Amino acid sequence: MHVLGFVKRVVDHNVKVRVRADGSGVDTTGLKMSMNPFDEVAVEQAVRLRQAGLATQVTAVACGPAVTQDVLRTALAMGADQAVLLDPGSASGEGPALIEALAALVRREGADLVLCGKQAIDDDLGDTVPMLAALLDWPQALSVNRLERSGDGLTVDCDGDQGLEQWQLPLPAVLGVDLRLCDPRAISLPNMMKAKQAAITTVPLAELADTAALAPRFAVTGCATPPARAPGQRVDSLPQLLERLRQLPALNATV
Amino acid sequence: MSTLVIAEHDGTQLDVATLGLLGAARQLGEPVHLLVLGAGVAAVAAEAATVDGVAQVWLADDAAWQSPSAESLARLIEVLMPAHRTLIAAHRMLLRAALPRAAARLQAAYLSDVVGIEPGRRFVRPVYAGSVMAQVQVQAERCLLTLRPAGFAPMAGTQAACPVSAAPAVAADTRSRLAHRETLSSSRPDLTRARVVVAAGRGVGAREHMALVEQLADHLGGAVGASRAAVDAGFAPNAIQVGQTGKSVAPDVYLAFGISGAIQHLAGIKDAGVIVAVNKDPDAPIFSVADVGLVGDLFEVLPALSAGLPAVAATA
Repeated sequence: MHVLGFVKRVVDHNVKVRVRADGSGVDTTGLKMSMNPFDEVAVEQAVRLRQAGLATQVTAVACGPAVTQDVLRTALAMGADQAVLLDPGSASGEGPALIEALAALVRREGADLVLCGKQAIDDDLGDTVPMLAALLDWPQALSVNRLERSGDGLTVDCDGDQGLEQWQLPLPAVLGVDLRLCDPRAISLPNMMKAKQAAITTVPLAELADTAALAPRFAVTGCATPPARAPGQRVDSLPQLLERLRQLPALNATV
Repeated sequence: MSTLVIAEHDGTQLDVATLGLLGAARQLGEPVHLLVLGAGVAAVAAEAATVDGVAQVWLADDAAWQSPSAESLARLIEVLMPAHRTLIAAHRMLLRAALPRAAARLQAAYLSDVVGIEPGRRFVRPVYAGSVMAQVQVQAERCLLTLRPAGFAPMAGTQAACPVSAAPAVAADTRSRLAHRETLSSSRPDLTRARVVVAAGRGVGAREHMALVEQLADHLGGAVGASRAAVDAGFAPNAIQVGQTGKSVAPDVYLAFGISGAIQHLAGIKDAGVIVAVNKDPDAPIFSVADVGLVGDLFEVLPALSAGLPAVAATA
């Protein structure tokens, strides 16, 4: 089984982003960038599958300018066998062209399973997994928090609308993983050094998808900081807390 | 062209969330069609036909639609959508899985968690865990949206019934099989719609201590929520996790016990009316947003609130 992990480079989850003064977008200049935490879990799971003898190869893929190599080196240090950087050139590297290119790469690499985070923590959109699965016409599962090989396919536990759902999927399939699937390993220094020397294959996005024909389907035209809540207030004692709560209409039986 | 809305219902009657979805659809200014999906739901469709502003009800009534896979639902959307410009559905798991899948095939735009609709096919949605609101211009001909129904003025009033027609039949995608589904048989109100939510964080310390939180929730007629830390520690099930990667809640009162208040958690409670926080750590970030904060021991406070506040009957 060849597992492909798609990872995104995003503003680190500990960094608070700021909207540009003119409202044109989010200012990411100079901010610490990291692998999307959900994608990190996906890479960890892929490597564990290979270490358990259930997968033969793990390929990490990312899309973006040359700096994006840093998240691929993280994936290599975690144990991915090879890394592919999709170079968007002057294109945005997002939207339908990216999904189309990923689908083409999955076919070209002969991957049987795609693992990726259920959402990216920058746009919080959660569209990559269902869209890629749709183009490949493969089954999908989202918010996967347990995964097990069973027969020719997989058994996965996912968050559903009522609670946990257990699905049996045939392979090939595309899975979007949740943070509680597994904990990404700490990277050792020797592995990090080795990953720094490893070769990363660069493939132009335009080689895999018709970037000119696949225009983005939406554009962010402005950003704003949501109105802040009023600053917090404290009470000093339990009786004061009770007094405040008794005044809230929703906690008053007579309303 | 028209707007298609996927109805929320419990199998017997329309859910109030449907009215919020219809209210959002009306803002687009085009005729509104409503899709009722389920097994044995003809009565729901009949009720839907009498909601003011609905021009046409599509009924997909088949055992296969009782608990469909995202793959099957995406197929139905692919068949229905060419007749509509916009699809509006609630921001919940099944629809967040099915809509983007259908959008990719339809070459349509997909936007999740829309909180505002502006003229000219512009929509507002949170990004970066709600710390930024992005205005998005749809450029594709069609778009599929998930949104939080409670954020839109609900459609009110009734009309003489509009036509109800059977939705086209599509073959279910049978490749994936649902082996087991957990159902929360709770007498408590739905977390995402409750007027009161009592939530627990890592500070509750043990699963058995959740009883204190549940007791207060029941006393106040509220729902129980939990932070990711509490869920990961095994104190509470995934289904009640509140935050960026869990559920967004908008109660009148949100009571947080032993929750530190990571930004990812705060993203899920920003629409709460009043945030009440009890935490023994005076530096917990939750105090920066809590309208009423108390530095204290939740094991003292929880029973005291259950004893000292009037009992409220659960609604919704």
